[in-house]
Amino acid sequence: MIGPTTLLWFARHEFTLAWRDWKSMMTAGKAQRERVAGVIVAVFVLGLHILAYGVLVGPLSGEIGADKSTLMTLTGAAALAFALMLSQALESITRAFYSRSDLDLILSSPASATRLFTVRIGAIVLSTASLSVLLAAPFVNMAIYLDGWRWFAIYPAVAALAAIATALSLAATVAMFRTIGARHTRLAAQIVAAVVGAGFLIGTQVIGILYYGSYSRLALFNTEAVVASAPNETSMFWLTARAFMGEPTALMALSAFGLAVITAAVVAFAGGFGALVIEAAGISESRWRNIGCKRAFRVPSPRRALRIKEWQLLARDPWLVSQSLMQVLYLIPPAVLLWQKFGGSASAVIILAPVLVMAIGQLAGGLAWLAISGEDAPDLVASAPLPPRAIIRAKIEAVLLIIVVIVGPLVLMMALVNLWAATMTALGVAIASASAVAIQLWFQSESKRSNFRRRQTASKASTFAEAFSSILWAGTAALAAAGSWFAVLFGGAAIFVLMIAKVISPRAAYQ
Amino acid sequence: MINQPHALQITALKKTFDSPAVDNLSLTVHRGEIYALLGPNGAGKTTTLRMVAGLLAPDAGNISVCGIDALANAATAKSVTAWVPDEPLVYDKLSPLEYLEFVAGLWGMEEAEAGRRANDLLDWLGLSDNAHERCQGFSKGMRQKVALAGALIHDPDLIILDEPLTGLDAGSGRLVKAVLREHVDRGVTVIMTTHILDVAERMADRIGVIAHGRLIAEGTLADLRARTASTLTSETGIEASLEDVFLELVAGEDLAA
Repeated sequence: MIGPTTLLWFARHEFTLAWRDWKSMMTAGKAQRERVAGVIVAVFVLGLHILAYGVLVGPLSGEIGADKSTLMTLTGAAALAFALMLSQALESITRAFYSRSDLDLILSSPASATRLFTVRIGAIVLSTASLSVLLAAPFVNMAIYLDGWRWFAIYPAVAALAAIATALSLAATVAMFRTIGARHTRLAAQIVAAVVGAGFLIGTQVIGILYYGSYSRLALFNTEAVVASAPNETSMFWLTARAFMGEPTALMALSAFGLAVITAAVVAFAGGFGALVIEAAGISESRWRNIGCKRAFRVPSPRRALRIKEWQLLARDPWLVSQSLMQVLYLIPPAVLLWQKFGGSASAVIILAPVLVMAIGQLAGGLAWLAISGEDAPDLVASAPLPPRAIIRAKIEAVLLIIVVIVGPLVLMMALVNLWAATMTALGVAIASASAVAIQLWFQSESKRSNFRRRQTASKASTFAEAFSSILWAGTAALAAAGSWFAVLFGGAAIFVLMIAKVISPRAAYQ
Repeated sequence: MINQPHALQITALKKTFDSPAVDNLSLTVHRGEIYALLGPNGAGKTTTLRMVAGLLAPDAGNISVCGIDALANAATAKSVTAWVPDEPLVYDKLSPLEYLEFVAGLWGMEEAEAGRRANDLLDWLGLSDNAHERCQGFSKGMRQKVALAGALIHDPDLIILDEPLTGLDAGSGRLVKAVLREHVDRGVTVIMTTHILDVAERMADRIGVIAHGRLIAEGTLADLRARTASTLTSETGIEASLEDVFLELVAGEDLAA
């Protein structure tokens, strides 16, 4: 029997809520959906394992030793994963401080806030580690299959990195609270999370393109110059890489360090959790007076009114802009490549087709969610004397115009180098955007715009459908740009994904 | 449509979710009256009004708004209707004036007329000083007033309000009641749900009581008193309040159910 308000009691409570949330997201409460979701997940996992096998079968065919080049590659991969973990942990901790949900109830009770926060920190470590483990699992499993059990060590090593990332994020968030105050911490932490998550990945890619002519994110870590300037093999610098490779001492040291750091963070900060949450709850939103307020009253046409409203709401929300810009940031490497190859080889720009299509597909999905599901006054819009189709059409126009403004210049530049590749890219971007919008229409729900970050956890099915669709249309565009008939195969697969998405989607609620 | 005697006519309306929410409901609201729709929690009030406002499709039945078939010509019916939900949903990043520009745009209003009405409404509701401030820091009462201004700017014939006075302070409540009464005096019809029975008692010309999705009583307060007078007056010896009447009617319905 677990006593009330103990650590285990809180842990059980949190686990029950998280499990029910996840289950209802995946199945929408229907047993049939449970089976469909299970099949989709199984197919997805199998596909990733086949892909991982293809990637690893060559490199792992020979003996893998702890030479500097291997250690550098593994360290680079760990650093990239760590940046993503840091970003995710910052986001989760900010949410733990600012989300009201059940905190009012728990903090108004005589239960210990320290225990609750300890459990929530543990949950953040688990969820941060889970994402990296899920992404790495097919590769780790295939590495175990091809080269032996030593690669299993990556799992505990990733958990240790997640603990360190969570501890650092916690310290950074508390430091922000104490320096810039509760009013500004949320936005600052979310922007830092976005920059940390995307910045490191993009930075390494841009350096790779500019100095080493490679688009790969790991290219930088494999170059002779970087490997030569790295410390020798016996250095502590390689602790993470050696832990990944299954060296018992390194793995134990990394795990012990992770455990020590997270314990220290919980001990140092858990006691003040309640006070910081109360401080965060006490901030009132600041008043903001519009500039140029003496202008005349303007009445646009109904469709234009809807478009303007979408643009105004997006432009005036720095947090939403930062979240959307995070996706646009991924366009920097292709832009750099385009600039570098401008006037050079026409075939080199073909590589941009999948990157642009993928990034814009994801951006279109986010913007479409904001316009279609993230409507803060759904009753007002639905009670207007306009057919539902006209409302949806205006909102889609607002999204597509933003896409055109962002991607237009890049495609035009591309057209000057390689007209065929540019045409295929433009088509790919248009189809990927249309697909993302269609998925958002099929999965539309009523939600606040402030839930934008949580949209991916709110509907796993639409998130997967959106990601698969973007990936497959990106592949289609790349193959079409290269003049390969395999594009038809990829396009067919993308259409298949869309058909599945439509079949499993809930009924449209906007009628 | 202006010659229609009825602002709203609902016939045999049905809506079922897991169980029947609105069950064969028929009611008529006359032009230029305030009609209060009362009922216990889950009686079907909001579901009924959402169907009238075109926010929910009925399973069966007919809805006529100012003589317009609201199911066949939804856009036309919506052009003469305003809906104010219990939770004032306004855009945090827009100012009240921008919100009214947006609403005027949705209802296709003429610019000069919309501008004049926007200024009048903001002035009337005491929002002129906040006209250019974004709504993000507004109290619930201020947001409710912005939402009400949005409902009134296009000069609707039928105003539907779901719990219009919830969360308003006494001053704001009185202001909203005065604005609604002024519109009713000009021939506009107001239908509202409320759990504050004093408000219904003071404001409503006629009252409809629904329970389990069915209309169980309708009329003026005097009509409703008359239905229950025999029991109430003998017990208390004083004229029954709307609260007494309401509880008596609902209790009777619960026993019957």
